Amino acid sequence: MDINAYIASGILELYVAGRLSKKESLEVYELMLKHPEISKEVLEIEASIVKLTAATSQNESSKNLVKIKRQLHFNDSSSKVVSISKTRTNWLTYVGWAAALIIGAGFLWTINKNQQLESQITSTEIENAYLEKQIEDAKIDLAAKENLLNVLRDKDIISVPLGGQGDFANAYAKVYWNKADNNIYLDAQGLPDAPEGKVWQVWSLTLNPLTPTSLGTIDDFNSDENKIFNITNTNESQAFGITLEPDGGSASPTMEQLYTLGIVSQP
Amino acid sequence: MQLETLISQFQNKDEKAFEKLYHMYSDSIHGVIYNIVRDIDIADEVMQDVFIKAWNNANTYNPRKGRFFTWILNIARNAAIDKTRSKTFKNSSKNLNAEFFVDILQSTDDLDNKTDAIGLRNFVEKLAKTCIEIIELLYFKGYTQKEASETLDMPIGTIKTRNRNCIKTLREMLL
Repeated sequence: MDINAYIASGILELYVAGRLSKKESLEVYELMLKHPEISKEVLEIEASIVKLTAATSQNESSKNLVKIKRQLHFNDSSSKVVSISKTRTNWLTYVGWAAALIIGAGFLWTINKNQQLESQITSTEIENAYLEKQIEDAKIDLAAKENLLNVLRDKDIISVPLGGQGDFANAYAKVYWNKADNNIYLDAQGLPDAPEGKVWQVWSLTLNPLTPTSLGTIDDFNSDENKIFNITNTNESQAFGITLEPDGGSASPTMEQLYTLGIVSQP
Repeated sequence: MQLETLISQFQNKDEKAFEKLYHMYSDSIHGVIYNIVRDIDIADEVMQDVFIKAWNNANTYNPRKGRFFTWILNIARNAAIDKTRSKTFKNSSKNLNAEFFVDILQSTDDLDNKTDAIGLRNFVEKLAKTCIEIIELLYFKGYTQKEASETLDMPIGTIKTRNRNCIKTLREMLL
């Protein structure tokens, strides 16, 4: 039997209306027992009719019930009344507690869900801020690099390669010197990180006689990423050297720790 | 509790079961009666009689013959129609022909206190005229399919399928 077609035929609506023959009614009854879909359908049809008809009523239900009970001589002795009302109270209480529990659980669930979402939002916000920071950093970095590139391409720049000295043949550095604005850019990528307690010190030299002038120490060498340092130089330098000195730097270079040295080629 | 259990307790003269069933269906039954008699006092009286009759004849209800709601609905319709044929009722000269249940929905302010009344009113405004007529005849007035078909000048099969579609809309609206 095609249950869907049976439901769609409209027979169940007539069943609820009470407009089927005895035989048909019995058939529906038996099919309801066999097929939950049919049973559900009948209950829903009935519920909608009950609601619709109830909506047209101005029934004062309690008042009328009192009258009915009086006519039926329902047992209204006090003990019975107590037992009825007690039972109803219990029932109401259970339903009330159940409802309270369900609502409470729902409420907790909602709070919990809300907290989860809020913490998700917070972490997303943090992530966003972090990404924004990265973009910002990248922009700054890019601008700095473009700036550096422009500096190095400047026509007034003199490039001085510094070669490794003595035991430090692998070390190297480069100085880009702009005489016009008294700035040097030291590219010290070829130097190792300064060990604990030591610091790189940059020297400007004149050769005859050999006179070193300190251009200062590079205190942030280890933490600097591109290892390019901008240093002011007002000297008439003939050469540049870099030595490893104790923290704070020295008054004159420690020649045993001279890593790199380069002579400015005269134009 | 299962409706079946409640009903069999009612048939065994359990007063609490009676009260529960009364609370489930009395508004609905009252509405159907009122739609026929159009007088609240008379509707109250008829409804009281209906539930008293149901209690006294509880053992005549047989689930194999139909729904409990349908059973008590039948008692109510018959009682209401009997009432309209009674002498006292005729003397009060009510105009019963012109109005459908929808008029009650649309005209009664008290309905604002009823659950779903406003939704129902909106629904009824949207409902096709044929739906209102079919529901009125089949559920409120208790017409047979054949009687409804004659009244509405519509083939019997059409009544059945139209009614199905109308109740479908009603369910979507109410449940």
